[in-house]
Amino acid sequence: MTTVLSSRLGQVARAGDGSADIVCDKQSVAGSVSQRACTFCGSRVVLYPIADALHLVHGPIGCAVYTWDIRGALSSGPELHRLSFSTDLRERHVVFGGEGRLEDSLMELIERHHPSAAFVYVTCIVGVIGDDVEAVSRKVSERTGIPVIPVQSEGFQGSKRQGYDAACEALLRLIGTGSTEGIGKHSVNLLGDFNLAGEIWIIQEYLKRMGVEVVANLTGDGRVADISRAHGAALNLVQCSGSTTQLAKDMQKKYGIPFQKVSYFGLDDMAGALYGIAEHFKDPEMLARTRDLVAEEISQVLPVVEACRKDLEGKRAAIYVGGAFKAISLVKALRLLGMKTALVGSQTGNAEDYRYLRDLCDPGTIIVDDSNPSELSTFLAEEKCDLFVGGVKERPLAYKLGVAFCDHNHERKLPLEGFLGMANFAREVHASVCSPVWQFAPRFQSANPVEV
Amino acid sequence: MLDHTPTQVVERSALRINPANTCQPIGAMYAALGIHRCLPYSHGSQGCCSYHRSHLTRHFKDPVMAATSSFTEGASVFGGQPNLLQGLSTVFTTYKPDVVAVNTTCLSETIGDDIPQIVGQAQTDGIIPDGKYVIHANTPSYAGTHVTGFSNMCVAMAKYFAKPIETKPKATDKPWVNIVPGWVEPSDMREIRRITEALGMKATLFPDTAGVLDSPQTGHFEMYPSGGVTIEELQNLGRAQATLALGQWASREAAIEVENRAYVPREVLDLPIGIGATDRFLECLRFRGGVIPKSIEEERGRLVDFIVDTQQHFYNKKVAIAGDPDQVIALTEFCRDLGMIPVHVLTGNQGKAFTRKVTQVLGDKAAGTHIEQKGDMFLLHQLIKNEPVDLLLGNTYGKYIARAEDLPFVRVGWPILDRVGHSYLTTVGYTGAIQLGSKMLDALLDRRDRDAADPKFELVL
Ligand code: SF4
Repeated sequence: MTTVLSSRLGQVARAGDGSADIVCDKQSVAGSVSQRACTFCGSRVVLYPIADALHLVHGPIGCAVYTWDIRGALSSGPELHRLSFSTDLRERHVVFGGEGRLEDSLMELIERHHPSAAFVYVTCIVGVIGDDVEAVSRKVSERTGIPVIPVQSEGFQGSKRQGYDAACEALLRLIGTGSTEGIGKHSVNLLGDFNLAGEIWIIQEYLKRMGVEVVANLTGDGRVADISRAHGAALNLVQCSGSTTQLAKDMQKKYGIPFQKVSYFGLDDMAGALYGIAEHFKDPEMLARTRDLVAEEISQVLPVVEACRKDLEGKRAAIYVGGAFKAISLVKALRLLGMKTALVGSQTGNAEDYRYLRDLCDPGTIIVDDSNPSELSTFLAEEKCDLFVGGVKERPLAYKLGVAFCDHNHERKLPLEGFLGMANFAREVHASVCSPVWQFAPRFQSANPVEV
Repeated sequence: MLDHTPTQVVERSALRINPANTCQPIGAMYAALGIHRCLPYSHGSQGCCSYHRSHLTRHFKDPVMAATSSFTEGASVFGGQPNLLQGLSTVFTTYKPDVVAVNTTCLSETIGDDIPQIVGQAQTDGIIPDGKYVIHANTPSYAGTHVTGFSNMCVAMAKYFAKPIETKPKATDKPWVNIVPGWVEPSDMREIRRITEALGMKATLFPDTAGVLDSPQTGHFEMYPSGGVTIEELQNLGRAQATLALGQWASREAAIEVENRAYVPREVLDLPIGIGATDRFLECLRFRGGVIPKSIEEERGRLVDFIVDTQQHFYNKKVAIAGDPDQVIALTEFCRDLGMIPVHVLTGNQGKAFTRKVTQVLGDKAAGTHIEQKGDMFLLHQLIKNEPVDLLLGNTYGKYIARAEDLPFVRVGWPILDRVGHSYLTTVGYTGAIQLGSKMLDALLDRRDRDAADPKFELVL
């Protein structure tokens, strides 16, 4: 592992080598070509899918542009979240403060769009010039009668994870403000699902068939009114563990709502999630319905998986995604396709996640936290991977090496969640790994492609 | 989201909705990638760098490398010096670039980090290896736009490397020009070079992203693909007879810098998009010693032939154009020359010069045109609602308007996030004009075919 920065050695390990816990949740080393984002980014991705809220980025123009409709979080109704609003701070505001501008912007937008709530994202520079966003928000909220919630997401606070916390704090201010009347006892909130490619709709459909009521989506296809009554639900389901576990814990403390960590990727994890819910509600009929549902769905998906597996058996994969929970499901899903995971990494995993990964993966699998392109490309070549599962910045990297790719991040157009998602995943991996293009594309032309 | 735009335009002073531009650092990053073996370096929070890399990756579909100072709370209070020193040391020991191009961000600008001073410190501390360079550009995101950032990094290239050179080329040497190509695709930079060399000239393009951001698939990942202007070339900027700045906004300042430092006269031209601007570009090259070969003359002839064949389809069609100022100006002229009527012309950059220039390009047609500097896509949408057009030219973000108003739409400019191939095709030169014109024609005629009632749906158009 020659390409690992010495200061990063603790962030790389191999399954089965019995060494100490992986070091994680630290800022990227200054000067590294990190694949990671900042606090603002973390809070923005979590909150942005709330479709009937106004999302105003308080700062210079850039932050708003780079997060404008990037995530592909679909809404079944309002689509206010897909517009990009920015206070577009200029030099004079940096000198004299941007509070007036923020207030004017909020007033104008609320008047025009009548949102159910407004989120104000505080970017790094606002943190430095010291605008009192809290005060402005309070004032505008009083004048307009809607919740105006500041999101303390100064970029320099840390990594994405701190942004998740800021987002959860903002959500907590909304939760508990609505009436819980009429919420049944078999009810849940969906936490940490952002409805990429309409994924949350698949899960909702399963839950409906089981007889479970969904109170609020946090946050894919989310609505302010639902979120405000989320404290009435009987159970919280946490899918993206990195982003919303904290929220679930806080809700447990404050409202006594228990939570379950779930994953909707892959057949095992999907079925496991549904059974877990049914067991929680201790309703034998629901359990029976769930069994039927799982059996029916799996029977539809298995033929697809089998067909793809024939070609994929024995191929090697690398995974580098945002959340560690997703990485765990991916290892299992790839196994189902007969593939071996040679490298698995995440940007936001914690020590517990990595411990779990080490136990799960075959001995020798490389496990990394917060990697960078030269590291990744070297591993990819050394491990002779046939597939890379990653995000936007990893795609061209894989292609240059002649390695197939599957996007498991913002740029999804087909749902990967649910049983159906496993079929999509199988087809997509199959399509990329078996694409005729690889017969023309040279692969791994040198073992150590980066001069280090 | 498409029904959120009201028709009535009201004056907005505090707010940007659906911006038509973005912040300076990303422009600096793009320019820096046009130096051979250069690692762009973003001095600020890791988020900025990550966003800029993602955005550029989405456009170019190629790996975009850049390092970050990875600011923490401490840095934002006590200054970023330790981060930059540590960062430079990491970069030189790990990634081994020949040059590091530092750009600031809104954060490091606001806390007031003095980059030259810190780099000086790095020099003293021996962090910068012999024969390696660190250049920098100040790119506060609360002033200017991504185009300003691009321009600032081009200036930095001249500032750090250009020097007076006594020994001018001999009469027998090829005529030599520097070209600042502006914010165009790698393919455009390649085309500009091809044209110049076809005239028997030698050209130093800076920046030059050809080969960097449209690099071939080779089976390995290269941190520094083969393209880009080399340090040696930059150090020899002073040898050229002239520096041609293509585009006032993205390129002029760098040409001035070369003139001031190395006494090479500058000439500011429009981006050679369309027939008129390409003519002027070639005229200028000829004046500087180039000889226009028959092959290029024939290219022009083919373009004219194309326009003759298509003029009836373009004539009097209304068009809206949005994007970076240099592109928009050139596109406006091209549309005018095709016989179209540019009804709305908008850029996100600030400056009366834009309005003046577009007015001048449109001549007697200017009175009927909405020219907007410092506009956003929301405003453009409103303008189009109030006065519809037949065609929209702009970057990817125009797709929302195109869909809402059911408009034919041609993607041109930056960024293009939802199509592939734009970084291989060209829009500059005569060949580029045919490619672009043909895309525009396709959009118009596809529309006509789609809308035609059965009896009017014809085989030959
Ligand atoms: S924080 Fe500033 S420099 Fe960074 S992306 Fe946002 S606007 Fe641009």
